[in-house]
Amino acid sequence: MSLRYMIPVSKFKKYLPKDYVELVDYGPFGKDYSDVGVKNMGTYKELVEEHPMCSGCWMAYYIKIIFASLPNPEDTVTIGTAGCGRLAISQAAVPFIYGNYGDQNAMASGITRAFRLRFPDRHKDVITIAGDGGMMDIGFSMTMHAWFRRERFTTIMLDNEVYGNTGGQESGMSMEGAILKMSPTGKKFGKMPAMQLAITAGCVYVVKMSPTNINKASKAIRRAIFAARTLGPTFIHAYTSCNIEYSIPTNDVFRDAKEMEKGRFAFEEYMTPEAKELFAQIESKNKREVS
Amino acid sequence: MSKKITVGPVGYMPQSAPSMGVELSPKGQALLYGNIVTEEEAMRDAAKALLTMANPTIFPGPQVLWDWKDDVAEKSAAILDLAAEIPNCRIIPMPDYRPKYPKIDAEAEINPNHPNLTILHNKIKAAIFIGVHCHYANLSLRMIRAGTDCYTIAMCAFMGHEEAMASIRDVHAEDVLRFKDILVQVRNELGIEWTAKMPPENPSLPKEDWGTLTPADYGEYRSLLMSKKGEHIADVE
Repeated sequence: MSLRYMIPVSKFKKYLPKDYVELVDYGPFGKDYSDVGVKNMGTYKELVEEHPMCSGCWMAYYIKIIFASLPNPEDTVTIGTAGCGRLAISQAAVPFIYGNYGDQNAMASGITRAFRLRFPDRHKDVITIAGDGGMMDIGFSMTMHAWFRRERFTTIMLDNEVYGNTGGQESGMSMEGAILKMSPTGKKFGKMPAMQLAITAGCVYVVKMSPTNINKASKAIRRAIFAARTLGPTFIHAYTSCNIEYSIPTNDVFRDAKEMEKGRFAFEEYMTPEAKELFAQIESKNKREVS
Repeated sequence: MSKKITVGPVGYMPQSAPSMGVELSPKGQALLYGNIVTEEEAMRDAAKALLTMANPTIFPGPQVLWDWKDDVAEKSAAILDLAAEIPNCRIIPMPDYRPKYPKIDAEAEINPNHPNLTILHNKIKAAIFIGVHCHYANLSLRMIRAGTDCYTIAMCAFMGHEEAMASIRDVHAEDVLRFKDILVQVRNELGIEWTAKMPPENPSLPKEDWGTLTPADYGEYRSLLMSKKGEHIADVE
């Protein structure tokens, strides 16, 4: 994982498949965010394109935003676990590590520390991306302990409020009373307060959102990655509906996300004073560069 | 010589080579059908397979495709020199190991998670694995032995692979060139006439010059074209 891994041996370039040649020539590696990034999606070779997710999957859309927002894709590793999301995440052109049933944040702790020892002079971004089941149910202890230990990496929870990949069981993040295929009598307790847990556990930057605005979503992702480099753990809790298990017609997926934005996924952002100072520095520098 | 590891297909869930008593060869030696032999003997058998079996192919892996280390270019050049000497050889790369769904282009690449697709689609009967990280080479080689009738040759920079029919260890640029010399020698012994020629480039690469395309070339799909940042397309059909 470095820029050199995305430069083919010159004599072999004509033997590479088209996808890779395009990634080399038109991909985001080594380029400035203002030339690629979410604002320019569709005009460059993106890190994840084809995926096996369901038609209308809001999670797949958000995963595309995550990859388009990476500050340094050539120096990034993603870690996921069982669930729908990893089907798309694992086929992005960024190294992916599969954490076995919820241990993604434990793995990320070790990998982040190893990177800091191996590359003390460079930022290697580690991002765990998992669903609500992987993050808040099965992987709950490892997620929480990584935050308690102040491990410096970014955690992104793709919250579809159900175990979508296994047929519709309730998760800790499902709403109270939610009737799903495999919880026919309705969920008996409420949604876990993930954002509050993250703040209490010591995350320096926490966002809850329904990613309907790609610029806003991208800004949150980049802030989370920048803060995780030096300050401490960061967490993004994003609503990524499961249109299959919640029977949302494909055409209404965006409308559903907009409604969530007005309700329980209204945009909330928490940051420590140190994080606020860091973002002010980074963003003012970017503005100066643009102007 | 009794053959412990043979050309497949040996069937679904094959017994692994190590469990059949195959051990990696010591330094300076090689494995042929699971037996420890001299490097030259393994190279000669591998060369014979590449020269006599249908659709010989080299599968270069990420370690030789990407310019990630200073000595990669030298080894890659040696691989291409070798490819040029194998009659009708093809190069099908394994650029990385990520899963590819809904499907891969079996003519353009090989994926370690289902290497049999590429081998069966292209009717490859002899293949070289080189520059593939060992854990994925092991995975692929066993899958190929399980489901195809392809003779596999592992040219490994480390300790070799038990699952391949011929496994040569500690392979660097000079060893690839030595294999090329042996292959030319075997080719002459077999009376095969061939002038060194580079394999064809990847079939997925566009043949036309994209620079000369206009929106009209996209026919009914032209409305899907997106202009580049700051670009204003005025001339459309």
